[in-house]
Amino acid sequence: MADTGLVETLLRRVEKVDGGVDSQDVATSLGVDHQAIVGAVKSLQALGDVISAEQRSSKHWELTGEGCEIAEQGSHEARVVSSIPEEGMPQSQLMKLAFGKVGFSKAMSNKWIRLDKGHEGGPRIFKTVESLEDLVRDKLLLVQKGQASQLEEKEKNELKKRKLLSEVTVKSYWITKGSCFSTTITKQETELTPEMIASGSWKEKKFKPYNFEAMGVAPDCGHLHPLMKVRTQFRQIFLEMGFTEMPTNNFIESSFWNFDSLFQPQQHPARDQHDTFFLSDPAQAHEFPQDYLERVRKVHSEGGFGSQGYKYDWKIEEAQKNILRTHTTAVSARMLYKLAQQEKFTPVKYFSIDRVFRNETLDATHLAEFHQIEGVVADYGLTLGDLMGILHQFFNKLGITKLRFKPAYNPYTEPSMEVFSYHEGLKKWVELGNSGVFRPEMLLPMGLPEGVTVIAWGLSLERPTMIKYGINNIRELVGHKVNLQMVYDSPVCRLDS
Amino acid sequence: MPTVSVKRDLLFHALGRTYTDEEFDELCFEFGLELDEITSEKDIISREQGDTKAEGASDVILYKIDVPANRYDLLCLEGLVRGLQVFKQKMEAPRYRRVSPARGEPQRLVITEETAAVRPHAVAAVLRNITFTLERYDSFIELQEKLHQNVCRKRTLVAIGTHDLDTISGPFTYTAKPPGDIRFKPLNQAKEYTAQELMSLYKTDSHLRHYLHIIEDKPVYPVIYDSNGIVLSMPPIINGDHSKITLNTKNVFIECTATDLTKAKIVLDMMVTMFCEYCEEPFTVEEAEVVYPDGRTCRYPELAYRKETLSADFINRKVGISESTEHIAQLLTKMCLRSEVMSDGEQIEVEIPPTRSDVIHACDIMEDAAMAYGFNNIPRTTPRTYTVANQLPLNKLSELLRQDLAAAGFTEALTFALCSQEDIADKLLKNISETRACHISNPKTAEFQVARTTLLSGLLKTVAANRKMPLPLRLFEISDVVLKDGTKDVGARNNRRLCAVYYNKSPGFEVIHGLMDRVMQLLEVKPGQGDGYHIQAADDSTFFPGRCAEIFACGKSIGRLGVLHPDVINRFELTMPCSALDIDIEPFL
Repeated sequence: MADTGLVETLLRRVEKVDGGVDSQDVATSLGVDHQAIVGAVKSLQALGDVISAEQRSSKHWELTGEGCEIAEQGSHEARVVSSIPEEGMPQSQLMKLAFGKVGFSKAMSNKWIRLDKGHEGGPRIFKTVESLEDLVRDKLLLVQKGQASQLEEKEKNELKKRKLLSEVTVKSYWITKGSCFSTTITKQETELTPEMIASGSWKEKKFKPYNFEAMGVAPDCGHLHPLMKVRTQFRQIFLEMGFTEMPTNNFIESSFWNFDSLFQPQQHPARDQHDTFFLSDPAQAHEFPQDYLERVRKVHSEGGFGSQGYKYDWKIEEAQKNILRTHTTAVSARMLYKLAQQEKFTPVKYFSIDRVFRNETLDATHLAEFHQIEGVVADYGLTLGDLMGILHQFFNKLGITKLRFKPAYNPYTEPSMEVFSYHEGLKKWVELGNSGVFRPEMLLPMGLPEGVTVIAWGLSLERPTMIKYGINNIRELVGHKVNLQMVYDSPVCRLDS
Repeated sequence: MPTVSVKRDLLFHALGRTYTDEEFDELCFEFGLELDEITSEKDIISREQGDTKAEGASDVILYKIDVPANRYDLLCLEGLVRGLQVFKQKMEAPRYRRVSPARGEPQRLVITEETAAVRPHAVAAVLRNITFTLERYDSFIELQEKLHQNVCRKRTLVAIGTHDLDTISGPFTYTAKPPGDIRFKPLNQAKEYTAQELMSLYKTDSHLRHYLHIIEDKPVYPVIYDSNGIVLSMPPIINGDHSKITLNTKNVFIECTATDLTKAKIVLDMMVTMFCEYCEEPFTVEEAEVVYPDGRTCRYPELAYRKETLSADFINRKVGISESTEHIAQLLTKMCLRSEVMSDGEQIEVEIPPTRSDVIHACDIMEDAAMAYGFNNIPRTTPRTYTVANQLPLNKLSELLRQDLAAAGFTEALTFALCSQEDIADKLLKNISETRACHISNPKTAEFQVARTTLLSGLLKTVAANRKMPLPLRLFEISDVVLKDGTKDVGARNNRRLCAVYYNKSPGFEVIHGLMDRVMQLLEVKPGQGDGYHIQAADDSTFFPGRCAEIFACGKSIGRLGVLHPDVINRFELTMPCSALDIDIEPFL
């Protein structure tokens, strides 16, 4: 806060005038430094609308150091004349004076002196006038009195050339009364208090203004994980479409439900040690529905249900091997088997989003575990066109409208289709997931009626999430190496925008 | 998915026209293939070994094409071209015929009973008067390699041997002998080796060492001799040098030994159907006779054509189109499945050629019809299936609790379900035997030794990875752990847990305790004995002595809370006190 006395003096000045005052003028008239007035203006501005101060800049002429000397003692040429006695003075002596050189030439050109070069004892100078008008001094005195405007531009420029005058820019405030003008200053309050509200004193108080440029204080709250937020949205989409959630809370699965029941032959590469995590403890599963298991064995090894089968020696030992499930389709198989055991078939729509495990090579986009999103519809007379239609509706809800389908191979679906969408950013078709119609060799041994078709599709949860949140390395998203700041900062998830 | 690499110009020459990369990509997409990469040998070498090595390598453009894993008939240029030409109706699918030799008896391969112990099956055939060029020869070798990697399951199920028939003389004997008794000069070696020596020789061979395990520990090794005792091959490892085929070979003897006879027949059919077009009489294959130990004889290759009858209605109903019977028959014929409309005008008789071993059910035929129709031409319809959605109660509860835990100021972590034994035992000062953990038999690294039995270690690892974040850290996770459970068919079950940690300069037991109170409030369980919840002091090695309590709700123990033991803090490379809550939420369903 500037000196209160000065502030109040300034306010009284402003009060007295109608149009306002210039801070420079106030400084001059009060005989204080201009910066002190500027300080007073700033502190008054901080109080709100007590005054209004408009910054302006003005140019004016000022004497230089040499100019001041001349205003005081006369111009060099005048001083030359006055220093020469009647009998004259040797030139050499005149030149020794401080103003000698400049004064000599100017006095000569004004014809105020003459030089006798042939004088005995060296060149000698004599005055030629008795009195003179020192115009230079007069002009400078005018400027010094603040009456520079009386001089002509040409005259000022000439004096500037002689380095006697200089033009300076002065910044000042034009101070007028503000809407809350008062000559007394009240102290500013920082915050509203309960006491002020109770007493009503807030009405008289002045409050310090807020800095709206600054960031607020982050709320002290918890955050949901971005991948889980996306999972919630996918769940929501399935629920909106009438799909019922499957119980996928069984990471450990037998090879039977994970592969054999899906008509995936026992020599299939996916059943390799390189691709699948096998368990050493508990190593084997027991208790299979025996008659169903027999039908599965038969369709693999001998065929049946209209199929040639794979014609190999199907081994129960392979089916018993426990693994970490490689897809949630193992659960779909269990659910469809359960459905087939119902007395009367009822159409179903199932979904799940849960973890699956692959013993694969890890890289920036692949981990040993990821979340699979899966949708399954079972009903009489479903077509491949129905599968495409439902996929279209599903992806529409994700904001993806341009789809196309590529024939693909999958041991348990026929037809099988890879789903592609056109990526506007990448300007190309990108694969979104897989889909297909479950094979009769999978469905009929379960006991589902002949005319029932089951269509299904799957995709990973991580991939759309990484695209959505612009994450390149999956480890920054999933697992303990997650960057919590990213979790704190992640926005809400709206998949369709 | 196998990738086949073909020379672009050779492919276009065989297809009788050129395509732009985009056009060819589009054709592949339609046909269920994927033009994976456009490259050249030079590009590949320079990418893998650097520019200097690539100097002088061929810069002929190669197309790398991804082929569906069950389409063995598309694994070489010959097959790809035939498939695409028939698809584009530029040619009719050839008809493959098995023929008897022009003179004399067929070549015989006699299987002895010793093979039963190691690799019991064998089939054989002859390509007579074949003309190789360098390209054809390379493709012939490459197809064997592709088949070995795919349908042959890295030679475990089937191994192929191809021989210059004019260098050997039948009948051939397929037998099995102790490794010490087998001695021959293997392919591209200068001298003879015993089978034992070969096994150690190939230990360091980057290619062959992967197949040694198939017979390594067997008492006898499979071997094929000609009538003069010359070794044709020691399957599934290596052929003999004597009978190797060259560009000048005119007659090829092909044998396939196997542990799976069906696959052996398929592989033999593939080899001969793909290359018999280069025989003097194209698309014919000379039969060979296989004599079994029991005296039975069979002639190969089978080259079986199978007929299936199905209705146009079946295909229309399954695909969701309404095409005429004639058109559907045409579509199938485009896919190398020669089809004819039967007299009733509704049924279609479909002939499945020996090249299409992938067609095992009417649904496979239906798919081919849909592909030929064009997946993207099929109208997209909405099924009328009416269903009411239900959430899984366990997931519904988890979702609700997650929201409220975040509202309570805790941030959600997402940690791995697999971890090391150390994470769930040593680091938590527990003995692995008391964890009820499920163990993985084939982890590539220690990170995947067990399924987690607790969420706590994952949360502590998350804290450790985020030590630079401002304190306090409040984390939670609601997810599944896996426990051994003899009552389940697989011997294990998931268990849904809620775990939270508070990490700060002071232990904050009251914070984690408050969170537990809040969770109980959310679950509508009131404090108190009996139907309510209460905690009581407990001993748990993970926690600081005297700072751990067991939580009881509705008369059941549901978990623990407390201040972690300083040794636990250290083992997770943390420096501050930490309190934790770990409960089972399944009792609240």
